[in-house]
Amino acid sequence: MNANPLRLVGALGCGLLFGFGLALSRMVDPAVVRGFLDVTGDWDPSLAGVMAGAIPVTFVFYRIAARRGRALAGGALPPAPERTIDRRLVGGALLFGIGWGLVGLCPAPALIAWLFQPWALLFIAAMVAGMAIQRRVLREPVADPACG
Amino acid sequence: MNIVHNLVLAVAGGALIGLAAGLFMLIEGRIMGASSLVAGLVGPVATMWRENALLLIGLPLGALLFAAIGGAVAPHLAAPPLALVVGGLLVGFGTRLSAGCTSGHGVCGNARLSPRSMAATAAFMLAGMAAVALGRLV
Repeated sequence: MNANPLRLVGALGCGLLFGFGLALSRMVDPAVVRGFLDVTGDWDPSLAGVMAGAIPVTFVFYRIAARRGRALAGGALPPAPERTIDRRLVGGALLFGIGWGLVGLCPAPALIAWLFQPWALLFIAAMVAGMAIQRRVLREPVADPACG
Repeated sequence: MNIVHNLVLAVAGGALIGLAAGLFMLIEGRIMGASSLVAGLVGPVATMWRENALLLIGLPLGALLFAAIGGAVAPHLAAPPLALVVGGLLVGFGTRLSAGCTSGHGVCGNARLSPRSMAATAAFMLAGMAAVALGRLV
């Protein structure tokens, strides 16, 4: 695949916007994230605004992209989402959620937080190891037909 | 710092994240999921590795830009090293197993009205709340 300048500039621009938005929304602060998840204690629901602010904007852009039919830089759009809710999906999301609650970091904020909290590098290293372990353990990305 | 102020910041920041995800689809035709982008960099060489790397480099640069124009970025990371390792392993393993994280399922998948992403979002929210609640007990 040749490097298309629009794709490269677009990716960097999207990363900058994404990072700026994560910082502005305070999603990069593990204490704020854990406060959002702390429904039985000192609950701070304000982070619900992140998804409430993001999803409608993304939805509109996805509609525009779907109407065009192709990406601006060329290439097809992703196929329609699958609908099968299986054990892998739910189990994986539950494990992710436990780790998220334990530390207060999910992947994108972790890639920012280390600049301010170097210990987050340990989290990032473990996260990458977890991804590698998943690939080793479940080499075939095919859901077990007995699941779900 | 009151809740209305924080809610405004969250919605404004969220709108920018939504804009980034929307532009990534419009320009590149791809879903902006952070866990998939990281996995694509550390796994078998992905065809879009340059784009993946640039987006991931943009993340900290975007946050630094926010700080440079006077924004407050001071994350508090209280978790001890063992929790960082266990939490990181769970986040890495879990997001690959369910093929998405807070951005891939939480923003992009839900914006596609994907039933899988809605289920995943409910699951990781509930698990996160349970983890914090249990942490209060010990």
